Amino acid sequence: MTDDQLIWRIAGGSGDGIDSTSRNFAKALMRSGLDVFTHRHYPSRIRGGHTYVEVRAAEGEVRSRGDGYNVLLALGDSFARNPQEEAYYGNEELKPLYENFDDLHEGGIIVYDSGLIDEEQVEEVGLHEKAEENDWHVYPVDLRAIAKEHGREVMRNNAGIGVLSTLLDFDTAYYEEIISGVFDEEIAEANHDVIADGAAKAEEFDEHPDFSMPTADEPEETQALVSGSDAIAYGALDAGCRFIAGYPMTPWTDVFTIMSQTLPKFGGISEQVEDEIAAASLAIGASHTGVKAMSGSSGGGFALMSEPLGLAEMTETPLVLIEAMRAGPSTGMPTKPEQADLEHVLYTSQGDSARVVMAPGNHRECYEQIRTAFEVAYDYQIPTVLIYDQKLQGELRNIDASFFDRDPDPDPGSVLDEAAIEEAAEYHAEKFKRFRYDGEEGVSPRTVPGQKGGRFLATGNEHNEAGHISEDPTDRTLQMDRRLGKFEHIREELDAEGNQTHYGPDEAEYGVMTWGSQQDTVFEAVDRLDEAGHSVKALGVSDMMPYPVAEVSEFLESVEECVVVEMNATGQFRGLTQKETGRFGPKLSSLLKYDGNPFEPAEVVEGFESSVNGEELGETNMKYVPAAGD
Amino acid sequence: MSAFSAIGEQREPDEDEFTPGIEPQPTWCPGCGDFAVNNALKKAMADLGKNPDEVLLCTGIGCSGKLNSYFESYGFHTIHGRSLPVARAAKLANPGVEVVAAGGDGDGYGIGGNHFMHTARENHDMTYIVFNNEIFGLTKGQTSPTSPKGHKSKTQPSGSAKDPVRPLSLSLASGASYVARTAAVNPNQAAEILAEAIEHDGFAHVDFLTQCPTWNKDARQYVPYTDVQDSDEYDFDVTNRQEAGEMMYEVESKLYEGEVLTGRFYRDSERPSYGEEKRSTGEMPGEPLAERYFDEDAEWERSADSLIEKHT
Repeated sequence: MTDDQLIWRIAGGSGDGIDSTSRNFAKALMRSGLDVFTHRHYPSRIRGGHTYVEVRAAEGEVRSRGDGYNVLLALGDSFARNPQEEAYYGNEELKPLYENFDDLHEGGIIVYDSGLIDEEQVEEVGLHEKAEENDWHVYPVDLRAIAKEHGREVMRNNAGIGVLSTLLDFDTAYYEEIISGVFDEEIAEANHDVIADGAAKAEEFDEHPDFSMPTADEPEETQALVSGSDAIAYGALDAGCRFIAGYPMTPWTDVFTIMSQTLPKFGGISEQVEDEIAAASLAIGASHTGVKAMSGSSGGGFALMSEPLGLAEMTETPLVLIEAMRAGPSTGMPTKPEQADLEHVLYTSQGDSARVVMAPGNHRECYEQIRTAFEVAYDYQIPTVLIYDQKLQGELRNIDASFFDRDPDPDPGSVLDEAAIEEAAEYHAEKFKRFRYDGEEGVSPRTVPGQKGGRFLATGNEHNEAGHISEDPTDRTLQMDRRLGKFEHIREELDAEGNQTHYGPDEAEYGVMTWGSQQDTVFEAVDRLDEAGHSVKALGVSDMMPYPVAEVSEFLESVEECVVVEMNATGQFRGLTQKETGRFGPKLSSLLKYDGNPFEPAEVVEGFESSVNGEELGETNMKYVPAAGD
Repeated sequence: MSAFSAIGEQREPDEDEFTPGIEPQPTWCPGCGDFAVNNALKKAMADLGKNPDEVLLCTGIGCSGKLNSYFESYGFHTIHGRSLPVARAAKLANPGVEVVAAGGDGDGYGIGGNHFMHTARENHDMTYIVFNNEIFGLTKGQTSPTSPKGHKSKTQPSGSAKDPVRPLSLSLASGASYVARTAAVNPNQAAEILAEAIEHDGFAHVDFLTQCPTWNKDARQYVPYTDVQDSDEYDFDVTNRQEAGEMMYEVESKLYEGEVLTGRFYRDSERPSYGEEKRSTGEMPGEPLAERYFDEDAEWERSADSLIEKHT
């Protein structure tokens, strides 16, 4: 095997410590100077069920999950149902070993816990034949026995790390340093012993693989290993957000948790409330009272926020919501990523939509765009929704720690203080005119309760300049036009932010467009396609509303054809692009996937090549939908 | 210095201040009980020396929601059933603001019932007035959560098969620390109870019987009424949860037998409000959060200073 990258999978059951081990492992590799990127796959269960985390590591930029994997540490599922019996759902204990065999590279390495998975079971799944066919190197080690000798059974994951350190020839110093930081001395010591025993045990194997861990010089800049959720939460805090209200739901819970743990230390308030209707309504109440506030949820919970979202639009209350997509409809697949809530987020709630929607494409964009979301929401008095998914939420990636070294932005936006209210008193003689027709860029400055001379009525009914309910046709038209007129100015501001990401050569025959979490996977595929002699460039779009019509049109005019890559079944982003630009139907085809697993770069390559060559896709869960008129 | 100078300002009582210049005359039907709520609230606010600029009145949807148009203050006319979550966040954001929420019986005991239960449980320092007319008024006379069993309407043509909600008992069980009932026909008691509710440091729930002369013609006009505190017939301790519970059950039952009992039914002055609870666990700042956004010298924490290190 000649890979210059590691794609390592640790597989077990929920509860086997998969998440923490992979996090520590990724961080150790990061400290050693490698770039790392993780991908999590787990079921909606507390205990048991095949869970794996992939850690991809190489020297130089790693920005996507890889294709398959080359090293498997299979712990077996110690929480499996009926482990020894044939059951409808198969032998769960074994699944972490065999379920994704097909993705293991030729020449790959398997270490499994023979303390949990016995030889008979291994025969059952045909491991030895498959290993011979694919030149896999298989190492059974009784990790459980090693763990039990020094402490608890759950430590078998670190026994596995020890085994791999010998087989792949890497120094466990970085890893052990992290273990020492996580546990108290006694437990850390026990884990160090487990690692050492694992390493010694692996010396007993005669044959070692010819693959070793990639190496790199220690990074010049301190790196931080963060998830998309971390980036969103930190961006919100740095944007001056000090109020969050929510209700738990996977995968949004992550941001809610980080914020809830941090806000009290930052002088803010977090509220876990009875449902998502309340959550969004609380954020509105706090914002109305002068505080920068947010809420969020995932698909089903966001559905409950529809009516408060409309209330924020009508009352022009600044509001930031986040929507963490998972596979739908209904409860769908709670722990699997999908990008099928785009239309839901764009159009839910009655009446003409008046909200801003942004979809960050990676961790840096999560941080930057949530900050932009707060700025736009509070300057323009409009709800802004950040839409992302389970993939971006949980995947870890290293970025320069200095990336976060920025000034906070506590500016509450277009709100008056008491001195400004008094200055304008003459204009507001009868009552403070909160909803002036002539507001600059469509924005009429607001006041907040407790300020002298600023009282007004906010109402979900249509209203006049002073906020009182009005159904006068002229007033109605003026107010609607003013509220929707903000989009023109917001579009200009977002253009200045440069939220869309162009990638690849300036001139190319073909285009690939994508949005949200698939962006960097698509970019990696574009590199490979261009290296293979194709002429391809890519555009990752973040602004969903107001849509960057000019920028996208220019991109699409410059290519012959364009494949739109997204994780849903109906090509929602492609449809949005056609609707917003009003053309390009014959140029746009779709590459879709909605099986609960995000695209691998090779899949995008395969999908692109099939589409260009007019071939059918091979055996895959992807779908290709040709352009209209094809 | 506070950025909100209307809060806590000493002033002479002036009921007229709470009458808006834009809509001084409410459009409720002649004889509607809602007028009485508006009048009682204005009187209570004036008696307490409140400034319209320090009051936030949050309403729901229905005839009751129009209260915002006829009562002068900061107002938030929200959506059906959601006045409470908007109101309680405002109180958390700036505890200095005098927060009052109001809505009808459908709004509060029906569609917003979940929020009612949880807001009471949390014991926010605010007042919640429920216009209880035992009917849906603005949608033209459908059976509501407090309509008596057997109530016939266009949507319940054979008569409601449901027992009505027991609002006082529900409130007590949920955790409200002040529970009272008053009636539109009793303006002095209503103003006194509302003033007490506003002054109470916790969630004060006032079930306000408001007759609907248009859609609930068969219903009582809530006369004659009895104030349980003034009557020798009723003797119970409003600070005793068990006695209060028994009294409420009787009051709720008797309403449907034609006897209108009003007064204070429960008061717990010892229980800390939600804001106090949160401050005591360090989950809410001591200074009003809203002030910070108007203070140029405020210090703002950054993620880079305390959160990034653990990721390195």
